[in-house]
Amino acid sequence: MANLSLHSPNETGAIEDVLLNFPASPASVIPLLQKIQERCGYISETDLTRVSRYSRVPLSSVYAVVTFYSQFRLDRPGKHMIRICQGTACHVLGAGEILDHLKERLEIEEGQTTADGWFTLESVRCLGCCSLAPVIMIGKETFGRLTRKDLDEILAAYREKGKVA
Amino acid sequence: MTPSSEIRVGLATCGIAAGAERIYSALKASLEEHATSVPLKRVGCIGMCYNEPLVDVVASDGERITYRQVQEKDVERIVSEHILGGEPVEDLLLQPDGFFEHQVRIVLENCGLIDPESLDEYRQHAGYQALNRVLTDMSPGQVIEEIKASGLRGRGGAGFPTGLKWGLASKEPGPAKYFVCNADEGDPGAFMDRSVLEGDPHRVLEGMTIAAYALGATHGYVYVRAEYPLAIARLEKAIADARKAGLLGKNILESDFSFDINIKAGAGAFVCGEETALIASIEGRRGTPRRRPPYPTTSGLWGKPTVINNVETLANVPWIIRHGANAFAQYGTERSKGTKVFALAGKIKHSGLIEIPMGMPIRDIVFGIGGGIRADKALKAVQMGGPSGGCIPASLADVPVDYESLKETGAIVGSGGMIVLDENTCMVDVAKYFLDFTQKESCGKCTFCRIGTKRMLETLTRICDGEGTPEDLDRLVELGEKVKAYSLCGLGQTAPNPVLTTAKYFRDEYEAHIAEKTCPAGVCKALIAYAIDPQRCKDCKLCVPECPVEAISQGDGAFQVVDRSVCIKCGRCYSVCPFGAIDVVSRKEEVR
Repeated sequence: MANLSLHSPNETGAIEDVLLNFPASPASVIPLLQKIQERCGYISETDLTRVSRYSRVPLSSVYAVVTFYSQFRLDRPGKHMIRICQGTACHVLGAGEILDHLKERLEIEEGQTTADGWFTLESVRCLGCCSLAPVIMIGKETFGRLTRKDLDEILAAYREKGKVA
Repeated sequence: MTPSSEIRVGLATCGIAAGAERIYSALKASLEEHATSVPLKRVGCIGMCYNEPLVDVVASDGERITYRQVQEKDVERIVSEHILGGEPVEDLLLQPDGFFEHQVRIVLENCGLIDPESLDEYRQHAGYQALNRVLTDMSPGQVIEEIKASGLRGRGGAGFPTGLKWGLASKEPGPAKYFVCNADEGDPGAFMDRSVLEGDPHRVLEGMTIAAYALGATHGYVYVRAEYPLAIARLEKAIADARKAGLLGKNILESDFSFDINIKAGAGAFVCGEETALIASIEGRRGTPRRRPPYPTTSGLWGKPTVINNVETLANVPWIIRHGANAFAQYGTERSKGTKVFALAGKIKHSGLIEIPMGMPIRDIVFGIGGGIRADKALKAVQMGGPSGGCIPASLADVPVDYESLKETGAIVGSGGMIVLDENTCMVDVAKYFLDFTQKESCGKCTFCRIGTKRMLETLTRICDGEGTPEDLDRLVELGEKVKAYSLCGLGQTAPNPVLTTAKYFRDEYEAHIAEKTCPAGVCKALIAYAIDPQRCKDCKLCVPECPVEAISQGDGAFQVVDRSVCIKCGRCYSVCPFGAIDVVSRKEEVR
């Protein structure tokens, strides 16, 4: 059990400062997981256990929470998160074709990460900028009124950035 | 010439997505370069999303001149010709198009006009006057009576009378009571609450504080979608500023009343819009609804009396207190008072955020405010209420938008998503889309919701794939009625609505899919094929490299042809053809 103490470093780094910002109670489980994911990009098994111990909620219940809410990830995402909007306005204006095109270009399915670890593709229900449909977000940047051609250019630009970096 | 007193840039999520940040920076740089002192202001959603990025130049006499779809290259002209020269740049101006004419702005009173991050500006626009009045001149009972008299009903979808809800909770014993603002706006195609939070956050806090005073709540939460980072950031700032100014916390405005607010970010579960699921989520658990009664007004958050109101409902409250219940009740119909905010989107010319008096016919919204259907196609239906709502056919376009009239059609007012559908939208596909959504979002507690929606989705998928059987349609309706009857919460009770309304109003379209194996709207891939019209084809060959399976080849003359045995119906040739020479045709002759 010692290796699960709050102070042992693990693959996602130390999170004790995150924990100590919240009271040790069940109501802290969701905000804690959100903060950890914000910092690490996902929730590791070790961090799940730490949250459980800290909040005094059984590990099974913490796992139940993580798997219930779509926001949480249990595996490490790629460098750039591509979120494709599947809201109603996007759907009737061709989001399905945009999604198919992305899957084909990136050679992955929804929820997966490209082999080079560069992009993760996720569908989201509504990004709330319906007048710009169809819409995707890469990281914090939004791209609207998309065509397949635009997508190719956007992906190329991101790949180019990678080469420079 | 009238000097300019202020420049406003709409910087809500949709404006930013359209590039308004870049316009803001360019304006800032240009104003600095010209050493002008005209203030540049960030504002929330102006509403005309179809014209983003939007820049307003306000003259010292208050006249507002709007530039639409502003690009970076336009900025220099706006500054040098208009701000410095006093001559508006005619070719960039927004032409009046009827968008604002029939709107009544109560909830959106300040949206797009004030800086959402400035408490001072909110106060200059009568902000916190209502709270001050309530704390100095009104008893909690009087506040509840005023809200009851206004006829305000919950704007989150169910339409429960707000005053009544407050009254119920006020009678419960204290001291601990909670007030929750539901900002878990989960309907796809709805962005009303996001716009209010981003454009006028103090208004929601003021409404919450007034409500808390009325029912004796000591602590409040705003439960907001994590997908709305800008709304969360603006709320956080607003709460911090309000605390500093003595508008939240201990002894608000030096009265005996104390109340504070915290933000809880949702984690992506549609069902958490339901009251008891939302409570479970705040408590740190899976968001599964529970049986009611007891209602949250009796036993809610941590077993204490709790009132949950949605953002738009609360945004009405300060206005009602300031102007009186009668002023509010003059808008709307007999049983649906006031206004409703809608997110108008889909195949409409003017998509955006609108606020109309209750009772306005759908036709006036679509063709008056919305400017009609894109490319002047025919209106087919309007989808209202998202996954819980239904599709209202064009033949019922004169139905007034109020709680009772819409309920009769099988749809609901809902939270305010209004998606306009045209002749190229397949109603079976739309029903499938919404059912796919609710099926995935079902928490799994009730059997009919968990398994019933799954079986319904499978049936719809079969129909769209051209494998539907004649019994499918009746079976869908029967199962839909049962899912509604045997589900515990609003999600399951309303999930079949999109299917039931489309089956009622567009039965012929279902039958075409099932009996004739055609998709009249040309959407369902399994039932369509692409054909190149030899007359319209100019033989430019743009489509040839576009085709991923090399299905397009030279025809017997100066035109191309599609080999249907190879075609995967990706639609690329269709979208790339500059001459509109590619037709979507029915595949029925090939399927048996």
